[in-house]
Amino acid sequence: MAKHTLYNKIWDSHTVDKLPTGQTQIFIGLHLIHEITTAPAFDMLREKGLDIAFPERTFATVDHIVPTDNRSRPFQDSQAEELTQTLEKNTGQFGIELFGLDSENQGIVHVIGPQLGLTQPGMTLACGDSHTSTHGAFGTLAFGIGTSQVRDVLATQTLAMDELKVRRINVNGGLAQGVYAKDVILYIIRTLGVGGGKGFAYEYGGPVIEKMNMEERMTLCNMSIEGGALIGYVNPDLTTFQFLKDKKYVPKGAEFEKAVVYWQSVTSDGNARYDDVVDVEGAQIEPTVTWGINPGQAVGIFEKLPLAENFSDPEGAKLAYKHMGWQPGSPIMGTPINVAFVGSCTNSRLSDLRIAAKVAAGKRVHSDVRALVVPGSAEVKSMAEKEGLDRIFRDAGFDWREAGCSMCLAMNPDKLNGREICASSSNRNFIGRQGSPGGRTLLMSPAMVVAAALNGKVVDVRQYN
Amino acid sequence: MSAISDPKVTRISGTALPVRGNDIDTDRILPARYLKEVTFERMGEYPFYDERFDASGTPKSHPFNDEKYKGASFLFVNKNFGCGSSREHAPQAILRFGIHAIVGESFAAIFAGNCIMLGIPTVMVSPEAIGELMQTVESASDTSFTVDLRSKILSYNGKEISIDLPETHRNALTTGAWDSTSLLRGNLGKVKEVAYKLPYMTGFRG
Ligand code: SF4
Repeated sequence: MAKHTLYNKIWDSHTVDKLPTGQTQIFIGLHLIHEITTAPAFDMLREKGLDIAFPERTFATVDHIVPTDNRSRPFQDSQAEELTQTLEKNTGQFGIELFGLDSENQGIVHVIGPQLGLTQPGMTLACGDSHTSTHGAFGTLAFGIGTSQVRDVLATQTLAMDELKVRRINVNGGLAQGVYAKDVILYIIRTLGVGGGKGFAYEYGGPVIEKMNMEERMTLCNMSIEGGALIGYVNPDLTTFQFLKDKKYVPKGAEFEKAVVYWQSVTSDGNARYDDVVDVEGAQIEPTVTWGINPGQAVGIFEKLPLAENFSDPEGAKLAYKHMGWQPGSPIMGTPINVAFVGSCTNSRLSDLRIAAKVAAGKRVHSDVRALVVPGSAEVKSMAEKEGLDRIFRDAGFDWREAGCSMCLAMNPDKLNGREICASSSNRNFIGRQGSPGGRTLLMSPAMVVAAALNGKVVDVRQYN
Repeated sequence: MSAISDPKVTRISGTALPVRGNDIDTDRILPARYLKEVTFERMGEYPFYDERFDASGTPKSHPFNDEKYKGASFLFVNKNFGCGSSREHAPQAILRFGIHAIVGESFAAIFAGNCIMLGIPTVMVSPEAIGELMQTVESASDTSFTVDLRSKILSYNGKEISIDLPETHRNALTTGAWDSTSLLRGNLGKVKEVAYKLPYMTGFRG
């Protein structure tokens, strides 16, 4: 069928039924769960006396609350211990595979899905976490859902959903040196707004995206939700297939060849019709840093902070200035920082750590800064250690931690204190996000985080590389 | 919330509580540390916690603390309410605080979806209308509002304004099908049929 996008094709092949409400019942090929948003879902199942429809299609891990330094059990935080035990009990009782604390496959849910080859093109995927959009990098329709929907997926392996429109975002030309996937997505969100993607799936394409490796595409798709789009994706191509080959859960041999044929068949047709098309010039994107309290409040490294009146929502910008304690017109460059965090499902994969280590090599973290690097998974950690990246970070004065969400949302001991300012490779700069109601977050690429850590302030990484 | 006898949501009446601001994210609505609780039971104590209380637990000025809005059934909000994290704890907190419907300019996708799963309508009105609604309730907090999902009308003080919400949400609420599990579960046979037609479900051996 011509004129179809990847979104339409997968949506159609996964449609079970049109429901009386007008919603569509969609089959979910892969369900990932973690300790935070699932406990009540299992309780609801018990309450209703329901079993799990496809237990072999759900995989679990622990990431959000696990301490990244001392992981000995029981955890010091009794609530963290209780939640972890609850997940262990629930997965055991319902026959779900758990990559627990001592598993070599443990890690942030959006890092391990792709790393294990669980995430594949042409699939639908759901997880009780908004950054599920990450998996779209593979040409997967990957939905972030709430706890009652987790219950529905467990009980039926389906969701009741409304069909989205598709916006194609072309990133044309090329990127300047020192500009990364993180800068691309921050630029897109800044341009289209944090609510701009409402009702849309974002399809990313164009020369810049085609050149990206899978980890960069994951960074890009990860933050689709920060642009208000429920999902984002990239059409699978040779880069995708090469990444997946030999991954644990990817079929091998003749089956792999068949898989590739299927994966190719789901890509958007050349003459696919989109509900909207946006073009972005790669050359215009600078290393980008957020200055406010949502990811759309961002500037290029050479820019000055904008006037509140220039925003479509001046009140929101004023609140951002009030929280951050800054004035319009001041430069972002030179902003002092107290904490530097390299990690999160946005930027904690091996290639992120390699780039970060290159900036850190042979240097020292500024004496006013506490800095930590938190690998996204146990496997990323061990691969990084094999390459000696941990030594580079440690020698430079960074803490080198165990895998987890860490300071991205600070539901674990890694937190900001008071009014601290954190240069962070994570995805949200919301008020209080990093664990202190008065804390301040500046989102940027891992390279920029390390450069800021070394200098004690926001700098242009290209001058320190 | 299992004790609801009639799941049909058609008409909601009561007073309202306004929270001004665009892009209010779910980290603000429900700070992450409360996600550590194993059940939703106590969420009603926590909505907007860090904006309502200082570090020592002393209440600050906030509509959710304001006596004059006590007992409100509606929450009035602005644009892109509920953006960010998918935590259902946020709408759970609002519901358990006593709110039965949210009226605003627009809602973030996951948040609106979560609300429907709990039977909470998120209804949209124009920017002008929400401005007027907020002013009305700020100057007379005892104003009674009624939202009728069948006629898609919000009425108060003898005025009527039209409301909008996705037809699928409206159907789910008014027919009581928002508690979707049994609806979906009824199709399990079909689910299996569709599933095993997908090449990845059979390991690409087909
Ligand atoms: S790293 Fe942050 S954004 Fe990603 S899953 Fe963990 S808490 Fe969520």
